Amino acid sequence: MSDDVKKIMFTVRKGPHGTIYVYEGLEVKLIMAAYDADISVVFMDDGVYALQQGQKTGDLGIKGFEATYGVLVDYEISKVYVDKKSMEDRGMTVEDLVVIGEDEDTEEDIRPTVVDADQIAAMMAEQHNILPF
Amino acid sequence: MLHTVNKSPFQNGALESCLRFINEGDVILLIEDGVFGARTGTAKAALIENVLKTNKVYALSADVQARGITSVIDGIEVTDYAGFVDLVEQHSVHSWL
Repeated sequence: MSDDVKKIMFTVRKGPHGTIYVYEGLEVKLIMAAYDADISVVFMDDGVYALQQGQKTGDLGIKGFEATYGVLVDYEISKVYVDKKSMEDRGMTVEDLVVIGEDEDTEEDIRPTVVDADQIAAMMAEQHNILPF
Repeated sequence: MLHTVNKSPFQNGALESCLRFINEGDVILLIEDGVFGARTGTAKAALIENVLKTNKVYALSADVQARGITSVIDGIEVTDYAGFVDLVEQHSVHSWL
């Protein structure tokens, strides 16, 4: 990857549905993915609840975003990370996480990668821009 | 990197999250209700006192003054809007909204 490709990180710290942040953030990610950018997404604090699989938003009258999360890898957004402590504090395990794509070779489900605070801090330091949602 | 915190530490965990993900050499700027974290004698003062051992912390003077805060934790640098602009110019920014 050439040096002029921008490294852009999205941080998601809000829970889903209570505000429009997670929806708007997802939309921006998909738009940015159409450009030549090195995109990563980090879910932390209540943002990890956006990754809970099995969200049934029908009664809220909204489409939800699990289907879109399911194809993030197809949109070439595969650097999707979850803060381990935020996840554990909120009673979630890796099994709770939505699937974001499928491995082309093995056809195995791809889920977000669980990382710790030090790893996230190191990644943040490498970015050209960080967009909070 | 510059981390801005605009929420009161008594309202939510933005400041505490920021402190968990901060790197050596990063700076913190407290703005809006975030400046309540800069006040001396609060139950959350230790958070800032601790991070001051390793990182530089600023508070925005307009927000400090507007909230009648006359005593900020030792080591915090109170800065004006021009200083805010300088910080943004010198660092990449993450806002802990």
